[in-house]
Amino acid sequence: MKNNIYWKKNIRYITILLSLWFIISFGCGILFVEELNTITIGGFKLGFWFAQQGSIFGFVGIIFTYIFLMNKLDKNFKK
Amino acid sequence: MELQYWIWIAVGLSFSLYIGIAIWSRAASTKEFYVAGGGVHPIANGMATAADWMSAASFISMAGIISFGGYDGSVYLMGWTGGYVLLALLLAPYLRKFGKFTVPDFIGDRYYSNTARSVAVFCTLIISFTYIAGQMRGVGVVFSRYLEVDIVTGVLIGMGIVLFYAVLGGMKGITYTQVAQYCVLIFAFMVPAIYISFLVTGNVVPQLGFGSSGADGVYLLDKLDGLHKELGFHEYTSGSKSLFDVFCITMALMVGTAGLPHVIVRFFTVKKVSDARKSAGWALLFIAILYTTAPAIAVFSRTNLIETVSNQPYDEMPEWFSKWETTGLLGFTDKNEDGLIQYNADTTVNELTVDADIMVLANPEIAQLPNWVIALLAAGALAAALSTAAGLLLVISSAVSHDLLKKMVMPEISERGELIAARVAATGAVCLAGWFGINPPGFVAATVALAFGLAASSFFPAILLGIFSKRINKEGAISGMLVGISLMLFYMLKFKFGWFGGGTKADWWFGISPEGFGTVAMIANFLVTLVVSRQTPAPSNEIQKLVENIRNP
Repeated sequence: MKNNIYWKKNIRYITILLSLWFIISFGCGILFVEELNTITIGGFKLGFWFAQQGSIFGFVGIIFTYIFLMNKLDKNFKK
Repeated sequence: MELQYWIWIAVGLSFSLYIGIAIWSRAASTKEFYVAGGGVHPIANGMATAADWMSAASFISMAGIISFGGYDGSVYLMGWTGGYVLLALLLAPYLRKFGKFTVPDFIGDRYYSNTARSVAVFCTLIISFTYIAGQMRGVGVVFSRYLEVDIVTGVLIGMGIVLFYAVLGGMKGITYTQVAQYCVLIFAFMVPAIYISFLVTGNVVPQLGFGSSGADGVYLLDKLDGLHKELGFHEYTSGSKSLFDVFCITMALMVGTAGLPHVIVRFFTVKKVSDARKSAGWALLFIAILYTTAPAIAVFSRTNLIETVSNQPYDEMPEWFSKWETTGLLGFTDKNEDGLIQYNADTTVNELTVDADIMVLANPEIAQLPNWVIALLAAGALAAALSTAAGLLLVISSAVSHDLLKKMVMPEISERGELIAARVAATGAVCLAGWFGINPPGFVAATVALAFGLAASSFFPAILLGIFSKRINKEGAISGMLVGISLMLFYMLKFKFGWFGGGTKADWWFGISPEGFGTVAMIANFLVTLVVSRQTPAPSNEIQKLVENIRNP
């Protein structure tokens, strides 16, 4: 029972975070790059920035979020 | 001081550091040899993974490739970092929980079959050999360019060093030398980058300088787009490849990254499951430092290059121009004999040829940095090539001594016997890799993509489904892996090597390049695995319990 809850929560985290992973790289960096390129921030066209910088920062953020969530979940699991 | 002395000092110091570490961290047991005893700190493992992952290609060639491709280069930036998200969320923690030594270990046990194990060993060997040949070549090239020895001697010196610490220390020695190598290579990469960013934009952070304006107040990227249009190239910030192909290549590189055995085994070396997640995070952070700087260097040096050479008289070129001309990385033929350098996308009027590697290698000279920075760059490039070579070497030797010998051919081999076998296999692999480095087969460059495609189309689905589905059985996994690899091999051989009737770009299936085809082969693997598993009996209760157990922390 406890195992089941743990696993279901884990799957939910993974699904949400992988959707984010897809949106910032394949979404913003590739599929919608033309549309986003019409917006500029500083010297960057936004789509180009996502493809060469933003997605990488995002990936780091996603992993550390997952680490944080899972450490919390692990703690509850061991209680 | 003269440049040559600086280089010998930098290379000599870094090499003695690696040798010192190797002597300090000799491996005494197979557990130490394969997984460094299993107690590596997650941050140390993150650094080691980053060095393991960033090869000579990342260090020397990537910025140059981006600088010529512009937006097209994004596939490498996203593809070679996004895979770590897959690793951290989908594979690394569970493989660590499973707690054996190698990838074939997992495949063989989870799919309760030595056939599956053999297929995994076969894939591991192919992927790792294609990779390592390129690394040894990189070592040779760096030696010959900076230390003025010939390539053969360079490769031999590199072989000697790797042999020493990989054979002596196994994974333990490799891990701690990789930590040192990461420090050397990131320092060597960042110092010139920060310098140049400050020179060009006045901002010391290259990631920000990249989006700033130069002395004339025009944003660098806008200026570069303008220069590109003027010279007939496609706009820097938009691509020339089809959207679908970019999508497929990025996906294949990401999934391939997550399926590469020499990256996966690094996660067996930490103490517990939560550490595996942590070290994936740290690894990506350490990699991101270089990967977000590379596109900035690409823009700085591209602008620098065009402004320095385009339509300028050849006689007034700075000193570095003629120096790199002699290495063959720069070439100039005055076609219209006007004494000016015409750099143009149209090959009939273009007079300048530039090798992608020059963007990183010549950067310090173009920016007139002191000699010690150039020496540092040489040490950094060597660190990048050696660390990746050592990681691959270990995967090859453990596939032979552990998966092939211990698990299949002679299960009664003693601990000592296995350790000797591992060292012999490592020695053999170094020699073979060195031979490839000295006599590079023409297919080295072409097969790097093959290695990613192979990893994506074979390991990734088998490992992922092995963790996330209890229903997948050996029939499904084996047929999936075989179909995936064969399809990938077929496509690569057909379009890269002209086998099976060959073909040109016009014949690509759905317009997908061989680099991106790993995505299709991976999907085929998934489908075959799922369908075949449905038609054949479910795995035993024991296997289902094993999967259940892997999932808990």
